[in-house]
Amino acid sequence: MPWVIAIMVALTVLAAGGGLALDNLANRARGDLAGSATLQIVEADPEVRARQTEAAAAILSQDAAVAELVVVPQETVEELLEPWLGTDNPEDAVPIPALIDLRLRDDADEATLDRLRDLLAERAPAARIDAQAQWLAPVLSALSALGWVALGLIGLLAFTGAAAVWLAARNALGTNRDTIEIVHLLGGSDDQIARIFQRSILADASVGGLLGLVIGAAAVWLTGMQFTALDSGLVSGGGLQTTDWLVLALVPVGAVVLAVYTARFTVLASLRKIL
Amino acid sequence: MSAPEEEIVQFDNVGLRYGTDREVLSNISFTLFPGRFYFLTGASGAGKTSLLKLLYLAQRPSRGAIRMFGTDVITLPRERLPAYRRRMGVVFQDFRLVDHLSAFDNVALPLRVAGVREADLHGPVSDMLEWVGLAQRADARPATLSGGEQQRVAIARAVIGRPDMLVADEPTGNVDPEMALKLIRLFEALNRLGTTVVVATHDVHLLRKVPDSLIMRLDKGMLSDPTGALRYPPRRVGVGQ
Repeated sequence: MPWVIAIMVALTVLAAGGGLALDNLANRARGDLAGSATLQIVEADPEVRARQTEAAAAILSQDAAVAELVVVPQETVEELLEPWLGTDNPEDAVPIPALIDLRLRDDADEATLDRLRDLLAERAPAARIDAQAQWLAPVLSALSALGWVALGLIGLLAFTGAAAVWLAARNALGTNRDTIEIVHLLGGSDDQIARIFQRSILADASVGGLLGLVIGAAAVWLTGMQFTALDSGLVSGGGLQTTDWLVLALVPVGAVVLAVYTARFTVLASLRKIL
Repeated sequence: MSAPEEEIVQFDNVGLRYGTDREVLSNISFTLFPGRFYFLTGASGAGKTSLLKLLYLAQRPSRGAIRMFGTDVITLPRERLPAYRRRMGVVFQDFRLVDHLSAFDNVALPLRVAGVREADLHGPVSDMLEWVGLAQRADARPATLSGGEQQRVAIARAVIGRPDMLVADEPTGNVDPEMALKLIRLFEALNRLGTTVVVATHDVHLLRKVPDSLIMRLDKGMLSDPTGALRYPPRRVGVGQ
């Protein structure tokens, strides 16, 4: 029994750890991108593009909604495009838009972006503004879906764990039927008999829960280290916080409570069948 | 005029059947009074064990009324039955000792069930084992005890809680005549302390060993009253059945 609970708890810790990391990743990405927008000046003529970029920067820097703006140097943009366009003066191959990175005081909602577009319409007609969060919406949606999958997995593991305890309690009831009948006929109450089983399951579940926590937490930690080693901005945002580790530490507690109450329910239901 | 004795058990037209078979007990009506010694006799298969099961609340009757210790135990919610079971000591025909417990722990079981603290257990249990002559075998498991020793452990377990009523099913069935007499003397000693004793036996010689005992006789599920012990004549025999 302790090994069954240990495996259940380890898998639950893994699923919960993964779910929490994904949630952190999504929250951090949302937070980072919520007030960010990108302005592109899509104009083939370099001179016109430079003039409109300058005008757009001047207009936006005066606007109260804009907290900060950075005109991305053309060399930086070309460096970013280098893997696709090569090193031989990419401007000759395709016109490269000018970029301005915007950080707004509030979220980059559609109303704010529309107002900024109107402001720029006259002096920078080639300007296009997009919220950065919009680009990552499918990724965030996928992360959210994975979070729900983790939650479902935890539910299934809890159900499987309860079923395992139910079977173990029924097996123990069968094995100890004579003893139970004797205690019953000597005046033992259902509650007293159930408590004997609860104590036994409590001991097994505590040992199993602790073991499962150690195994699961070690697996979560090692996996986290692997992702951290990737040094990817997006992935490293999915690390676990202190509160997340505390939540994981509560998994065996939940497993013990679930096991004890499942055993109690099973024993009481069985005892009710006799007088 | 003295006050009427308050009965400890009252059966009124009780019938018992298992499933859809015919009744194994029919129209059983009797009263047991405190401090008396009763023998329940009858041939094998007469229904003695079934009647005892009704007495020690292991079975509900198919019909009729049973009052024990002044309470209607038929309509009593099952969660209140343990309190009544604790007022009885039972010696089962097959002893029913707990195999993985020592003789000491088997005898201590009713006290533990009753919530007696561990510190208060040792004295009474040791005294009881001494009383049944098993003080030296306190740590022995049932499997290592002889049939007679197991029987004495079962009796010690039944009486350790000073029950109001002792119910014993063929308690001398597996022991030699000398041990049987010794056990009956134990029951008499307990009876003198005020416990009502009900002993089921098919050994007619045993009945003569307790001169003041009252005899109930079962024959094919019907109860007769050879000594006039059953001061509870059936009120509705043959009515409404």
